[in-house]
Amino acid sequence: MSGHDHGEDGVSRRKVLECMTWAGTGVLWTITGGVPRSLGIIDSAQAATAAAPGMTFLQISDSHVGFDKPANPNALGTLEEAINKINAMPAKPSFMIHTGDITHLSKAAEFDNADRIISQSKLDVHYVPGEHDFLDEEVKFYRERYGRGTKGAGWYSFDAGGVHFIGLVNVVDLKGGGLGNLGAEQLAWLEDDLRGKSKSTPVVLFAHIPLWTVYPEWGWGTEDGGRALEYVKGFGSVTVLNGHIHQVMQKVEGNVTFHTARSTAFPQPAPGTAPSPGPMKVEDAKLRSMLGVASINFKQNEQRLAIIDTPIQG
Amino acid sequence: MKTLNRRDFGVAVAAAILLPATTARADDMEVHIDNFVFQPAELTIKVGTTVSWTNRDDIPHTVVSAGKFRSKTLDTDDKFTFTFTNAGDYKYFCSLHPHMTGMIKVE
Repeated sequence: MSGHDHGEDGVSRRKVLECMTWAGTGVLWTITGGVPRSLGIIDSAQAATAAAPGMTFLQISDSHVGFDKPANPNALGTLEEAINKINAMPAKPSFMIHTGDITHLSKAAEFDNADRIISQSKLDVHYVPGEHDFLDEEVKFYRERYGRGTKGAGWYSFDAGGVHFIGLVNVVDLKGGGLGNLGAEQLAWLEDDLRGKSKSTPVVLFAHIPLWTVYPEWGWGTEDGGRALEYVKGFGSVTVLNGHIHQVMQKVEGNVTFHTARSTAFPQPAPGTAPSPGPMKVEDAKLRSMLGVASINFKQNEQRLAIIDTPIQG
Repeated sequence: MKTLNRRDFGVAVAAAILLPATTARADDMEVHIDNFVFQPAELTIKVGTTVSWTNRDDIPHTVVSAGKFRSKTLDTDDKFTFTFTNAGDYKYFCSLHPHMTGMIKVE
């Protein structure tokens, strides 16, 4: 397992649990002086965006288009609400990343619906797949739509605003009893991709399943995530963005900041607080209030994260 | 099957007709998926037993035993069945949530 288990230092358990009580729509990131800062969830982020110079990008995750179970009978609808909020932002972000589980069952119509809604943002979107995006018989729908120019199962890198972004795939070739998996081929590519990069280049790694070990009992971690983190160890600023667990969780370890985004579809329980990590049914009114806002600010060399969360309702 | 003669064909048909009636007996076994757990997690059966897995979660799962069997994605209430014709230990898991594991022991 990776050497990035929860420590007692950093964010306390209570703080973590507080963070995990929100659900939301998207996380707004801004890069000032090369250090990404999360400005929080969309609405509360708007004011900050206007003031913050530098590059801004969005993260959305786990839209699960096609999901229609009691936890949210209309996942497409809440995705649209999230996109509408993005469109209402006064400052247009440079682009968006989607950290996987675009669809619930990898049906062509689900991909089409997701694209129809997400494209209304008129932003470039950089995707990585979740395990729910590779469920079609021939495993081709995701690749046809989002795989162009990528390697292997869909990994790639690009540069924007002086930051090196790396999209990784940790949802294929999973082993029984194990966690998420990057695999030797992808790790070799990653090592090569980073070779020759200046250590002062800020690096953003994004993948669906957390690259750090959040809660192995529910499979919330990546078997060989520690290997990937070794390759970025020497870099001055590393930000790891994931989805999969449908709640905000974060920690800072040295120069590495780990953060998971909310789902736009349904919340999942905090680790160990339910019999399973399945969709969490909350009152209808509460679901909307969980599409709340949060601002997460962090700066280099600060161990503690400053977290302010404000629900839209209540 | 292409060398099947008329008499063997008759036997095969008879077996095909009889088989559902005989396998519908008590040695058909069921595994349920509830809360991301295969229940029972371990099952001991006789050769020839058919096991069915039913997903009762709101999240899709699969049933995969490397090199032995692999279900399609099972959405809520979908079922996968497999008949075990050889003795042995069959470890299996959900390829979407690999922490979900189970075992069928065929005697």
